[in-house]
Formats: sequence, structure tokens, C-alpha cells
Amino acid sequence: MSLRSWLLLAPLLALMTFIIGWPLAKTVAVSFTDAKLLGGDVHWLGLANFQRVLAAPAFYEVVWTTIRFVLISVGAEFLLGLLAALLLDQKFHGRGIVRALMILPWALPTVVNATMWRLIYNPDFGAFNALFTQVGLIDAYRSWLGEPGSALYAICLADVWKNFPLVALIALAALQSVPRELRAAAVIDGAGPWSRFRAVILPYLIGPLTVAVVLRIIEAFKVFDIIWVMTRGGPANSTKTISILVYQQAFSFQQAGLGGSIALIMVLISALLIAGYVTILRKQGELK
Amino acid sequence: MERQNPWLSFFVHLCALLLALFLLTPILWMLIMSVSTTNDLTTIPLRWMPRHIDFHRYVELLTVAENSAGEAFLASMRNSLAVATMATLGALLVAIPGAWSVSRSPGRQRLALYAVVATYMLPPVALVVPLYFALAALGALNSVFSLAVVYLSILAPFTTWLLKSSFDNIPQEIELAAMIDGARLDQIWRRITLPLAGPALATGGLFAFLLAWDEFFYALLFTADQRAKTLPVAIADLAGGRVSDYGLIATAGVLAAVPPVLIGFFLQKSLIAGLTTGGVKG
Repeated sequence: MSLRSWLLLAPLLALMTFIIGWPLAKTVAVSFTDAKLLGGDVHWLGLANFQRVLAAPAFYEVVWTTIRFVLISVGAEFLLGLLAALLLDQKFHGRGIVRALMILPWALPTVVNATMWRLIYNPDFGAFNALFTQVGLIDAYRSWLGEPGSALYAICLADVWKNFPLVALIALAALQSVPRELRAAAVIDGAGPWSRFRAVILPYLIGPLTVAVVLRIIEAFKVFDIIWVMTRGGPANSTKTISILVYQQAFSFQQAGLGGSIALIMVLISALLIAGYVTILRKQGELK
Repeated sequence: MERQNPWLSFFVHLCALLLALFLLTPILWMLIMSVSTTNDLTTIPLRWMPRHIDFHRYVELLTVAENSAGEAFLASMRNSLAVATMATLGALLVAIPGAWSVSRSPGRQRLALYAVVATYMLPPVALVVPLYFALAALGALNSVFSLAVVYLSILAPFTTWLLKSSFDNIPQEIELAAMIDGARLDQIWRRITLPLAGPALATGGLFAFLLAWDEFFYALLFTADQRAKTLPVAIADLAGGRVSDYGLIATAGVLAAVPPVLIGFFLQKSLIAGLTTGGVKG
């Protein structure tokens, strides 16, 4: 019985060892060397790569940019998602349509989303500039993605637009699992909107909402696609996140060893976040 | 039931309208760009409504002519279809027995599942350098098949996790009854488990397909030309390249979005299970 269940699991475990386990182990090994992308002699460097990375002020700027991206995007997605879910939980005409529309940003491929916003932000003819000039909010066209002061925020808006529906749909499902009798009883007992939210709805909402937010943090932390397509980490490195840095070191500059060591530092941070996520899921009984 | 306050009702409808506008406007604008003339798109003040509707870009991208934008676009769409289909089928092939096994046997198999779930959330940059070395050594870069194998690292764990909870919902008693009647495991699977899990398998497969259709990072690094470039890479090329016809970029975006949006609407009912399993990339 036990043997059979391991045999059934074997193809999956073998595949995972082959395409995740082995590359991960190899990344660890490479990060202690001066390996180049295109081969050549490889020398053992010990911790030199890590020392070099951790001593570079530029590395901390990249980490800070990543943290800002995560905080701004996920924070706004949480807020907007929660509000949209509370709204969609109300009765109104066309609720089914708006709920269906929430699928659109989620289903749009990440690269298409990035491209679409890049067109919208276009400095010469973009809709964003046209709209804000025509209503008088700005007096001249700007390069939203071309200025270090605004590029990260512009990317965050594009990311929030695509990902807040995920948070909203999860929160909405949680809201709709609140028993009707419980809500009705709270109304009869004379509870105001705020105490109804806190005492009746919040206990049902908090678990799924935490899962959604932690999931988004894990994803946002490894962000690459949307930034690569919109700015490639520029202007003046103002949107350069850790994934972009690894890409540049390992593939543009062909420093596989150095890139690997940065990737490894990133893995350690990710592992902490993932451990948090798995712990939450276990506590909620999602992983039995 | 409590009677709605008219002001509250008005406020709710107003918010709903704003939300709908926020969701729709960017996509609507991409659609308008795709059918506007280049002149309309490059005037200041901008023309919001095109003077006449122009479908020539759709024709251009969907017809094959030597060295045209259409040739490259259709090749990348074919590659995307091939990669996503192969990766999805491969993922289901290892995920079905794996998920069933974990669902039916408590114990250490679950720990194996935790490990699988945890590893697939790792950033792809953690795996990409060795994978590149390996594919280069095997002469397997720029191949649709290699890309599909690499995608299994994302799709297989995801599908296993999703299917495991579906198998949990199929009562074990039905399988046990058949086993007592002397049915072999393959008979139980063919006659009972897989038919009952049919809808869940379809859902899992579609989610996996969406993940593969969306993937960009590995595709960017492991493909080089029309033989293997996928749609996201082709679109990123268009957006970052010499193309000055914004409408053409928008058209490519619209066409690439059609299959996943249709699948998304189809999946509406089962979306929550897939979303909490992590069916989205950042």
C-alpha cells in the first residue's frame, strides 16, 4: 500500500529533483565560483561573491526598490481589493457584469498588460498624457516611465490594475461564506455597520485575505516581467529589482557566479516568505 | 429584509460604475488603438474616437507573408500553443498519480507535497543559470520542447496541488467498494476516479495552460528566433523594438489576450480554488 503510493508519486518527485532540485543545488555551487556564462576556467572563490554583493551600496538600492515595489503594489492591491469585494457583496443592478469584468485584468497576460500600460504612458502620444492635459491636471506631456521620480509608481499602477481583482475575488468568496442568519441576527441586535463588519464579517474574511496578501507578496518580490517590458530597470536604475539585477549580472554581463550568489540571497528571503505562507495554510487547514 | 436607503443605493451604484470604468478603460483603449489609423493615434490633442475603423492590422498579423510581421506573430502564436499544450499534458501526466497518492495516503507523502509546493514558489532566477548551462550543453536551447520541459517546474507542482484537493472531495468509500469487488487500480481509475474527477482535471489543465501562456522569463532567455519564441517574447520585442506603429503593438496584445480571457470567463466558477493555489505570476 505504502510502496504503491510512493510509486505513484515517483514520477513527480523524479521530475522535481531533475528540474528544480538539481538546478538549485547547482546555483548554490556556482555562486561560490567565478563561473562565466559562456564557459572557460572556473575557480573556487569561497565567500568572495557574497562579500562583494553585500559590500556594494548599489545592491541595497536594488533591495530597497524591490521592497518599495512590494509595499506599494501589494498595499494598494489589498486596499482596493478589499473595497471592491465589499462593494460586490452589496446588491446592485449589474453586479454579475462587474463581477465578470474583474476577470479581465486577471486573465490578461502579464506581458500584454505591461505593453498596454507602456502605450498608455507613451511620452509623445500616450492616453495618460492626453487625458490629464485635456482635463487640465498637467500642463505639458511627461515621460512617466522615463523619469526616475515617477517610473516605479507608474509600474505599480499597472501592477495594481492587473492584480487587485485577485485579492478582491478571494475576499468576495470569503464574504459570501458568511451565513445570512448571522448577518440578519446582527442587524436585529442593532449592531452598527462598523461593529457588524468587525464582529461578524471580519472573522470570515481575515484568513483568506491573509492568504491572498502573502501570495501576492511572494509573487511581487520576484517581479521581473512587468518591469522588464516597461522600463528594463531604468531610468537610472530607479526600477531595478533583484530579479532584474540577477538577469543583468548573469546574462548581460555573463557573470554566472556573481549572478548566482545574488539569486541565492534572494532565495533565502523568498524561503522565509514561503515558510510563512505554508505555516498560514497549515494553520487554516488548507494543507491537511 | 431591510429596506435600502436610496442614498446608500445611489452611492453603491456610483462606486460600481467607477469600478467598471477603471476595469474597462485600459482594455477599451487598447481595442480602440488597434483599429485607429496611425494618424489618429499620433495627433495632439489625441483623437479618442477613430475617424474610421481600420482592421488592416488584424489582417496583417494574421496572414503569412515572407518576412512580414504576420509571419513572426503567427510563428510565436504557434510556439506558444505548442509549449503550453505540451507542458499542460506533461504536468497532468505526473500530477494525476501524484495527487491521488497524496490524497489517499496520509503520512510522509504529505511532507513530499509541502516540499513540492514550497519549491515551486521559488524565484525562477534561482534555477535559471544551471538550466541555461544544461540546455546549452545539450544543444537544446531555442527549442519548443525544452521550454515545455522547463515549464513543468511551474506547472507540475501547481497542478498536483490543485488536483489533490479535488481528489479529496471524491469519497474514498466508492473506490474501496470497487476494490473489495476485486477491481484493479487501473480499473478503479478508469471507471470511477477519473470520470468523477473529470471537471477538476479540465479546470486544472486550463489553469496550467494559462500559466504556460503567460510565462515570460524562461522564454526570454531560452529562445532566440521564430523556431521557439513565444507570444510574450514576440510582444515584448514589438513593444521595445523599432516598431513605431502603436496600433500594431496594441493589435498583437489584443490577439494574445483573446485565448486567456475566454478561458478566464469559462473558469469563473472555479476561479477561487485556482487563485488560492497560486495560479498567477507576479
